[in-house]
Amino acid sequence: MPDTAATVREITFGEAVREALAEEMRRDARVVLLGEDVAEAGTPFKVLKGLVEEFGRDRVIDTPISEAGFTGLAVGAAMTGMRPVVDIMFGDFMALVMDQVVNQAAKIHYMSGGMWKAPLVVRATMGATRRSAAQHSQSLHAWPSHIPGLKVVVPSTPYDAKGLLKSAIRDDNPVIFFEDKISYAKVKGPVPEGDYTIPLGVADIKRDGRDITLVATSSMVQVALGAAALLEEVGISAEVVDPRTMWPLDETTLVNSARKTSRAMVIDEGYVRYGVTGEIASVIAEGAFYDLDGPVRRLGARHVPVPFSPPLEDATVPTERDVVDLARKMCNR
Amino acid sequence: MTTVTKPTVAGAAVEKLLRMYRQMVAIRLFEERVNDLYTRALMPGLAHLYIGEEAVAVGVCEALRQDDYITSTHRGHGHCLAKGAAPHLMFAELLGKEAGYCKGKGGSMHIADPATGNLGANAIVGGGAGIATGAAFSAKHLGTGRVSVCFFGEGALGQGVLYEEMNLAQLWKLPVIYACENNLYNEYTHCSETTAGDMLARPAAFGVAAEAVDGQDVRAVHAAASAMVERARRGEGPGFLLLNTYRYLGHHVGDIAREYYRPKQEEQRWMSERDPIALHAQWLAAEGLVDDGTLDRIRAEVTAEMDAAVEFAMNAPYPDPGRVDEDVYA
Repeated sequence: MPDTAATVREITFGEAVREALAEEMRRDARVVLLGEDVAEAGTPFKVLKGLVEEFGRDRVIDTPISEAGFTGLAVGAAMTGMRPVVDIMFGDFMALVMDQVVNQAAKIHYMSGGMWKAPLVVRATMGATRRSAAQHSQSLHAWPSHIPGLKVVVPSTPYDAKGLLKSAIRDDNPVIFFEDKISYAKVKGPVPEGDYTIPLGVADIKRDGRDITLVATSSMVQVALGAAALLEEVGISAEVVDPRTMWPLDETTLVNSARKTSRAMVIDEGYVRYGVTGEIASVIAEGAFYDLDGPVRRLGARHVPVPFSPPLEDATVPTERDVVDLARKMCNR
Repeated sequence: MTTVTKPTVAGAAVEKLLRMYRQMVAIRLFEERVNDLYTRALMPGLAHLYIGEEAVAVGVCEALRQDDYITSTHRGHGHCLAKGAAPHLMFAELLGKEAGYCKGKGGSMHIADPATGNLGANAIVGGGAGIATGAAFSAKHLGTGRVSVCFFGEGALGQGVLYEEMNLAQLWKLPVIYACENNLYNEYTHCSETTAGDMLARPAAFGVAAEAVDGQDVRAVHAAASAMVERARRGEGPGFLLLNTYRYLGHHVGDIAREYYRPKQEEQRWMSERDPIALHAQWLAAEGLVDDGTLDRIRAEVTAEMDAAVEFAMNAPYPDPGRVDEDVYA
């Protein structure tokens, strides 16, 4: 965090993303933005608003609705001297770009014996409860996390979003950067003006605690913090750990927290089955087994396509209440 | 009385014509050795041979600068050699040796060579389309004057991403040439069973300059490619070459019994009447540019080079298994 309070403002998650992009584009002429309606429209979420006015249409580039096309182009551009940042408006459209990301970007460095690099950032959104139904609501960050050669970032706060996005742009590898849509306007927090970076692969303890570790990602960090406050009222001290990046994964911080508290729960908005909660739970189980009072538990999206109707959709995402109930059970309180 | 005099071919042009002959022979002899290594079970995996299509890679790459980019395919040895790759490092890669272009991590389908602008051979059909178009994007954005060539077979015409890339390239006037090698077969299926309508009408629909060329005539390929490359270099946008050619052998080295999808007589006809190396040799002789000795000497030199390259690769060590985790991340 910054040394002088004067440089810190409260800004939204979306504003932090925009600030990171603007600062990186000022410092490095190779950074270009590509995506659907990224220029004058600034994306439907208005996250990129104002960037085209500063950087022009040569660097903030509206594309056709061709996710595979412009992502594939960005892979080649990244290999040949650019630092492209592509905008995947809805994370669900990751399905359309998986060949470019998984078979091309992720593998070119290895396949070429380390000769070619693809320093590309794919920004995609995630998160449900916007009443957008099954094809505009998924949290698919587990997919790229499965693939060697990719780095995957899931920021939860404005401060983290800015510092991590700057690191992602400066990284020499393809980085998939997932932004929670609800957080864009809803999550505000202190963010320093000017340059700072957060290294990829370092977890952050969002709240100290003694009795149980709540490992939470992206949108679920706010849920875990809310639950921790409620748990405090019943005498349970919860520690909230945000891994911040799915890969590289800061296994040490996760394991150390679980060893300290002796209980761990993993909360994520992606599907539980074969998802990131399973990976994190097994890392904790393997690293902290003899210090745990019981099995690591998981909360995630219900294993259904995200439904439209509000009462149905709300039943698919973990809530503070879900976390509190499970934590109390785990702590026998 | 009028006398018809043949145009004289200048020295530099002769050199180029002989270089194209040599490069075609190099690809042919390289591929024959690959087939031999496979047949003798000395090569791991499979390889997709370029024999019969040599004039395409050579005619196109001869129109490029060393710093121009190419993307190649699963049938990529010809492109890599034509762009300037070293045969001994290619053989080493094919045999999975540490000395190979990719330290043995890529193999036959992934040879890459930054020194010659080779962005990598690609084992996803149409997989080079985005990369080649992106390299052209960089060339334009950075003002390097480079051109990018995307090689692919007619099988890639079935991949949607190719059309997304052509649309972007034409919208943004990117210096990229889409070089479609129509060898008539998508693996084991004739292209007439997979490709509706007129192939050239597809790029034409985007306004991309498109032209069909006899892919067995290295001079015709070179002339068409040169015009398109220079046009792209001038900033006039992408081009599409439909290079009509033929794959003499199977889809890969193990595809030996082929009569269920194409008759032997068809193969024989292409080999005896349309062989790119023989056609070019005949033309060179008819033009009085070479005697038999010249071409024989070239072939002997290339033979010696290829034999030495194979020997180098055979004697090269395998990578240490302890290095398997290297190069996953930059």
